[in-house]
Amino acid sequence: MDVLTTPLTAFSQYFSKSDYVLALPMILLTVFALGILMIDLMLPEEWKRLNALTALIGLGFSAAAVFRIHSLLGPEVSCIPGFFGTVVMDRFAVYFFYLFLVGAAVAVLMSVKYLEIERENHGEYYALILFSVIGMMAMACGYDIIMLFIGLELMALSTYVLVGFLRRDQRSNEAALKYLILGAFSSGIFAYGLSLFYGLTGSTNLGTIAQGLEKRISANPNDPVVIFALLAVSTGLLFKIAAVPFHQWAPDAYEGAPTAITGFMSVAVKSAAWALLLRMFLFGFYPLRALYVPMLIFVALATLTGGNLAAITQTNTKRLLAYSSIAHVGYMLLGLIASDGTSNTTGIKGIMFYLLVYTFMNLGAFAVIASLRRREIIGDDLDDLAGLYKKAPVEAVLMLIFLLSLAGIPPLAGFYGKYFIFLSLVETGHFALAGIAVLYAVVGLYYYLKMANAMFMREETTAEPVKSSPSMSLALAICAIGTIGIGLFPNVFIELVNWSMSGANAATIAQLMH
Amino acid sequence: MPQNYVPIFIFLLIAFLIGAGTVLVASLIRPNNPDKVKLMPYECGIDPVDSARKRYTVRFYIVAILFVVFDVETVFLFPWAVQFKLLGLFGFVEMMVFLGILIVGYIWIWKKGALEWI
Repeated sequence: MDVLTTPLTAFSQYFSKSDYVLALPMILLTVFALGILMIDLMLPEEWKRLNALTALIGLGFSAAAVFRIHSLLGPEVSCIPGFFGTVVMDRFAVYFFYLFLVGAAVAVLMSVKYLEIERENHGEYYALILFSVIGMMAMACGYDIIMLFIGLELMALSTYVLVGFLRRDQRSNEAALKYLILGAFSSGIFAYGLSLFYGLTGSTNLGTIAQGLEKRISANPNDPVVIFALLAVSTGLLFKIAAVPFHQWAPDAYEGAPTAITGFMSVAVKSAAWALLLRMFLFGFYPLRALYVPMLIFVALATLTGGNLAAITQTNTKRLLAYSSIAHVGYMLLGLIASDGTSNTTGIKGIMFYLLVYTFMNLGAFAVIASLRRREIIGDDLDDLAGLYKKAPVEAVLMLIFLLSLAGIPPLAGFYGKYFIFLSLVETGHFALAGIAVLYAVVGLYYYLKMANAMFMREETTAEPVKSSPSMSLALAICAIGTIGIGLFPNVFIELVNWSMSGANAATIAQLMH
Repeated sequence: MPQNYVPIFIFLLIAFLIGAGTVLVASLIRPNNPDKVKLMPYECGIDPVDSARKRYTVRFYIVAILFVVFDVETVFLFPWAVQFKLLGLFGFVEMMVFLGILIVGYIWIWKKGALEWI
């Protein structure tokens, strides 16, 4: 009896009020998602827009709860552990929370009109977006491999359903099935790797895993079991961020998914996967750095090559942007290679800054494509962009801004994203990698300008006008302000990224945990 | 330590031998005169009407999925019921939250008509 009693009493005494403050952003999102499911049952068809409003209010409340945690992290407090150390709320996590909430809010705004045109206006759509944000939050703040895995699965399962949400569209169904099968497979490999790390170190806590691995790796720097476990976990993580050679699902899933969800997947879901990857590689597996850096160099180069070269030949804008997003992952991976963690954090800051910038510019590009969806016109073909400047000059100019930002032209936000990555490479002496990355940026310019060429230089193929809705205009405005604002006033945002990285190194957290 | 697993392998071996031995001894000593009724697949005592290898309506899968959800719910309820006093108010509230979420799902599938067999 004693064996059981002790942990159980500890259990009920342990959860303090502060633990609930940490979970509050997720609790609020759960309440609102369940609320949407219940309200949707009572809403008549013409009131379905209310669901989007409820989702936005939920995201707003959640943001307020994140701000509460934000204010708890003062200058002396670098992180607050909670729930037996399974959750660590540090500035890194809070930064990602904001990214997820912004990405989800813009995706909701993009969806309102789009779903009405597709005649799939159901409350479940918004509920699933909120559920996937809960999963992302668990991925960003989890410090325990079980917590991280549950977060990953919650996010992925919601996304599978969202990809296949246009159930009358064969492409959407195919995309969802492909994504589900490949995603489940990669999750399995990921979980297998995690189980090996548990077996090697006897703990599910990332801090303890790091200590155990340090001992193991100092005894034998090429321990085959460690290498195998690292490979399995990396496969899962690289699949989720869509790095070559695990990228095959991305173009299909991005093309078939509802455009708003494609945008959501390419920013929020990808940021969450990056949060998980950084958390694992920088906190848990940091002792294995000598093993994973050569692997990441190979993957980064393959990703840059595969993404950029495949994007050139695409004629479908969603597919093109899917390959471009694969290429962007390649740049971000270079940041991870360049940062040696303790002495140089420019690379990690570069990744965090890149993700922020990418959220606005990529969502903006997908918002323009979503606004091209009209009756009878899907709007995701390169020809649908033809002559857009004559039909809808505002959309065309905004698209140009987003495309130039994606290509990395100053003074737009995308330039600073690439700038910090290249800076970190030069600072740490990776000159060859920096050179290759710059060359690929030129390749990127070609296919982004191919889209711009269609919009401004070619004759329109259809006379069907492009009508914008208030919510879509708001989404476009947010993305445009973000893209131009970060480009013009980068200092404010660099401060934000510096803040999010301060105190977020492995040593501080390890001290707090033990 | 590998040697710690030796009893498990001995256990597995004995289990296998008992199973194989029973089948072998039974096949040697039993009378063997099969007929049509004896060779029929056993389906809870009812005569099978048709081959089982064909397409099923998707409703079966929905029922199966819903069953799994509420089956797992009971799995979580049992340990709580066993340690009800020890977990006290905290456990009660936590379980009510868990059940509350599931009840929302239950109302949802009910209203959506997933429980109807048209």
